[in-house]
Amino acid sequence: MTPVPTRAAHFRSTPEDLFQSNPMTLPTAPRVKKASIHISQNENLIFENSRPGSRAYHLPPNDVPEISVANLVPTHLLRDDDLRDMPELTEPEVVRHYTRLSTWNYGTDTGMFPLGSCTMKYNPKINEWAARLPGFARTHPLAPEATVRGNLLLMKQLEESLCEITGLAAVSLQPAAGAHGELTGMMMIRAALTARGDARQYVLIPDAAHGTNPASAVMCGYKVITLISKKNGLLDLAALDKAMTDKVAGLMITNPNTLGLFEEEIAKACELIHARGGFVYMDGANMNALVGVTRPGDMGVDVMHLNLHKTFSTPHGGGGPGCGPVAVTGELEPYLPYPTLRRVDAETVVFDYDRPCSIGRVKAYYGNFGMMIRALAYIRALGAEGLRAATETAVLNANYIKHHLQADYEVPFDGPVLHEVVFNDRRQQAFGVRNGDIAKRLIDYGFHPPTMSFPLVAPGAIMVEPTESESRAELDLFIEAMRAIARECEETPEVVKTAPHQTRLRRLDETAAARHPVLRWRPCQAAKAAGA
Amino acid sequence: MANYPDDLQYTKDHEWIRLTEDIGRVGITHYAQESLGDVVYVDLPKVGVTVKANEPFGSVESVKAVSELFSPVSGEVIEVNTKLADAPELVNTSPYDEGWMIVIKLSNPSEVDALLSAAEYEDFIKEK
Repeated sequence: MTPVPTRAAHFRSTPEDLFQSNPMTLPTAPRVKKASIHISQNENLIFENSRPGSRAYHLPPNDVPEISVANLVPTHLLRDDDLRDMPELTEPEVVRHYTRLSTWNYGTDTGMFPLGSCTMKYNPKINEWAARLPGFARTHPLAPEATVRGNLLLMKQLEESLCEITGLAAVSLQPAAGAHGELTGMMMIRAALTARGDARQYVLIPDAAHGTNPASAVMCGYKVITLISKKNGLLDLAALDKAMTDKVAGLMITNPNTLGLFEEEIAKACELIHARGGFVYMDGANMNALVGVTRPGDMGVDVMHLNLHKTFSTPHGGGGPGCGPVAVTGELEPYLPYPTLRRVDAETVVFDYDRPCSIGRVKAYYGNFGMMIRALAYIRALGAEGLRAATETAVLNANYIKHHLQADYEVPFDGPVLHEVVFNDRRQQAFGVRNGDIAKRLIDYGFHPPTMSFPLVAPGAIMVEPTESESRAELDLFIEAMRAIARECEETPEVVKTAPHQTRLRRLDETAAARHPVLRWRPCQAAKAAGA
Repeated sequence: MANYPDDLQYTKDHEWIRLTEDIGRVGITHYAQESLGDVVYVDLPKVGVTVKANEPFGSVESVKAVSELFSPVSGEVIEVNTKLADAPELVNTSPYDEGWMIVIKLSNPSEVDALLSAAEYEDFIKEK
């Protein structure tokens, strides 16, 4: 096996220890230090750890008359298995189980997370401070409007900040995630066209757009026409011109697109769509490449969403929930989800329920408020100059990685990239190695893998988005790891093809898992198999 | 070449059709199954459904992505490969034989003229 350099050592002690901590190569138990046991040890399911009779809590003696539960609850609602097979453990056992599991996490708090198109940037701790201020954290969702003026003011300030950042007239913070924002945006386009007398039938979507775009258009009752990109990965204006008829509601475009390339002809495209009565939806998932530098509203975009959990540093993935505000022009403003926020004066913001053209409410209450606090904290902490600097650093970091890895990995669509760079596995295929193998090997080097096999326009894609969060030192470690893997592909491809080697579990059978998923532990499984 | 049998006709969306008069058996090509990777699920229409040339008739899900299946011709689905429900891997191991997907009774046989021969299809994928 090939030694694993540098990065992994950040977590653990030395590469030698690493090999010793691997259960497959463990010599004898006494040689193992306690710390390395926890790192290499696999963890049972809590059900499997059950020892009948164990208790985590003791209830005081009952001081009220006992009534049989059967007298209180209808028989058909009672379970008859007496909670058999529910886990029984002591409190420390429960705490240790979950604490050990928590140490298995990999996130931006433990290392670089270069998942392209996802903008897995660091979540600044000042955001968490702000969100935990008792006045915010303890707000009841049903509190009367007059008692939550501060919250409404914060939401309005965030809306106004997002208007300034996008160059658009109005914002709704309701949608809970990016695709929800897309759906909301497309519903507004449909409502505006319907008001004109014809909702139209088709939506144009370039093949370098985000994968959720076609789904959102279809959910709104549109058929999708895919626009094939030019050889350089950019929107083909001639194809757009041909496809844009009076039956087309508009264009859904991701800018920069999923190849990390800026759509240079976006302004011309918007002009063309508008001239034929359509609207332009921009997927703002890649907004981390634009904030503070250029504004979609100025390009002619009519409606877009933002992912607060990408661009504005609120937790992403399992750490969510998300928040996908939509921003619109004045023309689409009447269709915003109901209710909207209306500023009365410098201090006072109220809910506006008088919205006759609204598409309706798209989220219970007013979206995920905790994320709005964090996003505003981020915007205020950086300020206009800081936001621009973050964007410039994110773009610089992606180009730094491209520059240093293009000798080892093919860049299928070459051009100046913005916040992310797409490589492919073509050179490595010659040695029988595919992008998935490279991803698994990268885990051995202590990094979360980049996005694999997306976008689909780049077969064998390896999509890297470092974000502005990473220092040059961290980027160099990533580059070094990727180069080492490229050498391994040539010299010892089997090491890459059988990776990972340093994880608790070796390579999982993803195909079997997808074909025959076992989604949960089932109590009484053995008993059922035998009895029923 | 054995990867693209001569007795089949092909689409630019990587489906093949094996024609016997106005009946056509449809599946995806060796190139398609290789690009997709391990197939884990195939979503097919029911017998009796009408399909249109160049429009989706189902989808195929691999460990990498979900892709639509496009019908090479218009007509009625008269048979569906039910084996794929339990054994989607047949699409990978036997794309032209056991991994077939549907059988169509053609409603407009002239559409066949627009399909590619094995040699034309091979040239097409070489360009990609």
